[in-house]
Amino acid sequence: MSIKKNIAISESGFIFDPSTGNSFTTNPIGLEILQLIKEGREQNEIKKHITAGYHVDDNTFEKDFYDFISTLQQLKLTVENEKKND
Amino acid sequence: MKKRTINIGVTGLNAIDSPGPGVPVIRALRESTAFDVRIIGLSYEAMEPGIYMHDLVDKTYQLPLPSAGQQALLARLEYIHAQEKLDVIIPNFDAELFNFIQLANVLKSNYNINVFVPTLEQFEARQKVNLYEYGKKHGIDVPKSKTIFSVKDVYSLEQEFEFPYVIKGKFYDAIIVYSTDQAVAAFHRIASKWGLPIIIQEFVEGQEVNVTALGDGQGNLIGAVPMRKQYITDKGKAWSGISIDDDKMLQMAKKLIQSTKWRGGLELEIVRTDDEKYYLLEINPRFPAWVYLAVGCGQNHPEALVRMAMGETVAPFEKYDVGKMFVRYSYDMIVNLNEFEKISINGEL
Repeated sequence: MSIKKNIAISESGFIFDPSTGNSFTTNPIGLEILQLIKEGREQNEIKKHITAGYHVDDNTFEKDFYDFISTLQQLKLTVENEKKND
Repeated sequence: MKKRTINIGVTGLNAIDSPGPGVPVIRALRESTAFDVRIIGLSYEAMEPGIYMHDLVDKTYQLPLPSAGQQALLARLEYIHAQEKLDVIIPNFDAELFNFIQLANVLKSNYNINVFVPTLEQFEARQKVNLYEYGKKHGIDVPKSKTIFSVKDVYSLEQEFEFPYVIKGKFYDAIIVYSTDQAVAAFHRIASKWGLPIIIQEFVEGQEVNVTALGDGQGNLIGAVPMRKQYITDKGKAWSGISIDDDKMLQMAKKLIQSTKWRGGLELEIVRTDDEKYYLLEINPRFPAWVYLAVGCGQNHPEALVRMAMGETVAPFEKYDVGKMFVRYSYDMIVNLNEFEKISINGEL
């Protein structure tokens, strides 16, 4: 899964989808996670990054990460990555 | 170098909660880089706010109501032209367009007044009562519709339409109904205001999105800007909106203008469903009241229309800014009674 290419994410945490005109806001941690996803980082890498920087255990991170991703999917800000044939 | 001045008559000076496009069209014209303008406001009622906006409108004349007919309109325009030497008229109301379309040739040949409007055939074909067939003809999805002439017909609609469905007037108004009782009440309410027939339309749930566009009459799309309504009034009007990047909406506008050879401004009212389907709800045969957003996005459609009306060839706009918003507001002007008196008694101000 990745963030749609045309989604604009500002440094303040303002997110704009130019195809629908929808806009959203996220907090600094949400913004950090979004940017990591946009960079193409896998969930494990993101977990390492966030748990190293913030006081959060693995289980709580995974639960919150899953909720966050579900929200992004509901808001249609994501696309599924194409599977590559070996 | 001094720009030439074009004398332009503009209608639709009302600006209530269902505003007319006249004032935004005038603002667009005043921002033209191609010409200067003298704006002649053409009003129907003494309380149209544009009459009193002297920084936008140089002089205003009352017109007879569209129901007075073409000859009354022509006689009035002849008088106005004698005072003002009109070069172009931009009609902005659906209800007056029929008369202006019918008079366009006479206005050109007898007075050299240019009116850049659709042909009568184009105008009639996209009427709400014909829209379903129109969509079929041009390969565009339109919600299933039916035209009815009597309230008795409402009682048999349950076999064809599921609740909720929409009851629409032939010119304006639309009410979503959830029961036969509501449908009967809506039928009477709209029929008493706009007359018969009444259009029944399948309700499609989704985001309300619109396109303002301009055709050159040769099948070319000169400009188009899609917009999503962000704040909608209880009359269904956009009180704020944002320009969006939606190629399917642009393609719909292009397809329609190409296949109909549309001449003039138009607005497409569209519903975009969650599964990315697009249903055309209405085609308004003139600029919408939010046309100034197109100017803000880099496409001055009213300016391009005037240039085409004056016989120039205009190159299509190639881009527009995405993510530009308009936020409408109301503004109280203080008007001296003698101005109201002049427009009421003399029919001009």
